Amino acid sequence: MSNVPSDLKYAKSHEWIRISGDTATVGITDHAQAELTDIVFVELPAVGRQVKVGEACAVVESVKTASDIYSPVSGEITAVNSAVVDNPALVNTAPDSDGWFYKIKLSNTAEVNALLSPDDYKKQIGG
Amino acid sequence: MLKRTALYAAHQKLGAKLIDFGGWEMPVQYTSITDEHLAVRHAAGVFDISHMGEVTVSGSGAEAFLNSVLTNDIRKLVSGQGQYTLMCNRSGGVIDDLYAYRLSVNVYLLIINASRIEVDVAWLQSEAAKFKGGELNLSDASHHYAAIAVQGPRVKEFINTVIPGPSASVFQVASVTDLKKNQIAGFHFDNHNLLVARTGYTGEDGFEILAPDSDIQHLWDKLLEVGQPFGIKPAGLGARDTLRTEVCYPLYGHELDENTTPIEAGVGSFVAHEKGYFNGGSVLAQQKATGVKRKLIAFKMTEKSPPPRPQYAIWWDDFKIGQVVSGTQSPSLGIGIGMGYVPPEQAKPDTKIEIEIRGKNYAAVIVPKPIYKKS
Repeated sequence: MSNVPSDLKYAKSHEWIRISGDTATVGITDHAQAELTDIVFVELPAVGRQVKVGEACAVVESVKTASDIYSPVSGEITAVNSAVVDNPALVNTAPDSDGWFYKIKLSNTAEVNALLSPDDYKKQIGG
Repeated sequence: MLKRTALYAAHQKLGAKLIDFGGWEMPVQYTSITDEHLAVRHAAGVFDISHMGEVTVSGSGAEAFLNSVLTNDIRKLVSGQGQYTLMCNRSGGVIDDLYAYRLSVNVYLLIINASRIEVDVAWLQSEAAKFKGGELNLSDASHHYAAIAVQGPRVKEFINTVIPGPSASVFQVASVTDLKKNQIAGFHFDNHNLLVARTGYTGEDGFEILAPDSDIQHLWDKLLEVGQPFGIKPAGLGARDTLRTEVCYPLYGHELDENTTPIEAGVGSFVAHEKGYFNGGSVLAQQKATGVKRKLIAFKMTEKSPPPRPQYAIWWDDFKIGQVVSGTQSPSLGIGIGMGYVPPEQAKPDTKIEIEIRGKNYAAVIVPKPIYKKS
């Protein structure tokens, strides 16, 4: 079964978010990487870009398909993980640690309340 | 409601991801497209290809009829031999690409694409109704056959254990591995008859096996069991597509359609211009003599890029000159590869092109076919 770490929040569209004050780290879930398999390319947003909750701001490509990644919260992109650009397979091997996508400064911390708890996300993916 | 093959339960048991392919619920992958692809390149892979269609054509007029509807020269076939060929409309557009086998005198088997069965059978029947060159029996046998492809350099090491010889058909061979490329023979398996052809769609040595639905599960299990020490893996349509793209085999609906001719698609060597009348022949002869407006090319990305995909634009010197029809990350080469149509002036190998991906152009180069060659 997919790994769903208990210290993260989740979006229905299979992104995870680790919140620390008014900044957060975003990536895709173990379940999402297992569904995609063979990730061969990751395209990340520019640092400084303002994104809205639910906005497509990154692309992850497997051998078979390209998938949009939607930001779980609104805010400004403060850092991106060049390691996954250089080595996209990191998203397969370490989706919720070294395979993170970007860091974001939250513009509306209340949005966090709408995200899924680990238990709710487990229910969604049938785990 | 999607159609299911007799191996549906086997795919579910193996945890396959299933997709709609031409109206069939088929496995796209079991574990990973890359792993399955590399298993076929270096060891062995087994594919369910039961969705493919089969048409039998027999009678004293069969040879003349097939030579009038197919581009290759069917008279070149002796019993137990097959050929790649195309079926064209009168404008030279491709209705389907297929394999035609001569099983015995006046008995032929056509293996056609799953997505084209209805169209092909309707076309063949309408052409047969006009045919006056002798007795002709035409039958859509797609429902009678399930099929498996077993492909890869190590298949020849274990296939004779799974399907023991000698053959039990007009064409006599002592064992399956005595078949040469494009040969076909019948063999006993579980007291039933199988047809085994040394053909495939991966660029590797291997076999395609036709069997009744009732036998296919046992054959599938036995291939996986006996092939296990040789590294066999079940492989899905995802790997089938990346394997055929690396060796530039056309896929109907991508490289080929009713508005594309075999000459444009670079498969003119399967058009026998000298054989007499056949559908589309005059258009194809003219294209061969005077040239075409667009040509199928193969390309490799020359910088790090997202994988090229069908419908992406092809650019040359600030001009949009064509479109990608097949594209993927190549598991063998680790870079993006693809095929597309461009004007003949830009179709030469070593021509630098660009592929537009989400509004950005990435560098690529036209390469000779096939893109991947065995070292």
